[in-house]
Amino acid sequence: MVERQSPLEPAPLELELRTGSHGDFEHGIEVILSETRPGSILQLAAWPGREKELIAGIRTVTGLALPDGAGAGSTDGARSAFGFAPGKFTVVDEAEGLASAFANVVTPAIGTVTDLSHGRTAIRIAGPKAEWVLAKFFAIDFALPAFPVGAGRSTMHHDVFAQIQRTGADQFDIYVFRSFARSFWKALCHAGEEVGYEVQ
Amino acid sequence: MLITCPYCGPRDVIEFTYQGDGNRERPQPASQDLDAWNAYVYDRLNPAGDHNEIWQHSGGCRAHLRVVRNTLTHEISSVAFTRGDHKVAARHKAEGKL
Repeated sequence: MVERQSPLEPAPLELELRTGSHGDFEHGIEVILSETRPGSILQLAAWPGREKELIAGIRTVTGLALPDGAGAGSTDGARSAFGFAPGKFTVVDEAEGLASAFANVVTPAIGTVTDLSHGRTAIRIAGPKAEWVLAKFFAIDFALPAFPVGAGRSTMHHDVFAQIQRTGADQFDIYVFRSFARSFWKALCHAGEEVGYEVQ
Repeated sequence: MLITCPYCGPRDVIEFTYQGDGNRERPQPASQDLDAWNAYVYDRLNPAGDHNEIWQHSGGCRAHLRVVRNTLTHEISSVAFTRGDHKVAARHKAEGKL
């Protein structure tokens, strides 16, 4: 596959994009930002009535069992999957080539596989104030009971469409359009300034 | 105004796009019934009360929704997916599309 360049690089002049501690970090770093750079980001969609076969296919390929329910998902660290719309799922893998692994499993009779690996940027926000910073961006409930680990949500910040998966008790992975990633990242940095953030 | 998406739960109206009056019935594409086309394009009930509307959750799951909204109070009394809509499904069946 073509070698990908991060939309967050190069950043010679922009302080927010450099690794290190920023903002009000004298009182501790409460948010850590990083770009996870997964090798594969896929969107899978099932035809009406074929959803269960698609979910079984996700299990076959990734080993992830998706719980029932809207927005339900699962992650094992290297691979993640979550529902973001009726019959539609985002599946992510650290390794490249996930689309070809699905090609024989999700047949045209079951649904579609769309490779978005080059179209999305994955940003991870972690730390004790991650929920608090995200709550400034998105009008959804980030509390753990309402947004359990593994679950996904699709929403937007202004007009930047974002898919958010909770991958830990205080960790979220946000998938945004690649072309918006740089400005979205800077907005996240500005929002994290008052609690002290670290770029990894 | 909050709309409770059947998939995503309650979300701010800013995430939704209004797709028009849900009472319209589109004539068949080949129809030459000008009165039916005129009614489809121009005639609106404009009720002061409950109104059938089509919305899309464009900033979320992107599903199209059939919403009943009170035009006086903005109270939303029902939200459902248009997917699986009985009226539309029946028409598609009659046309041999299903």
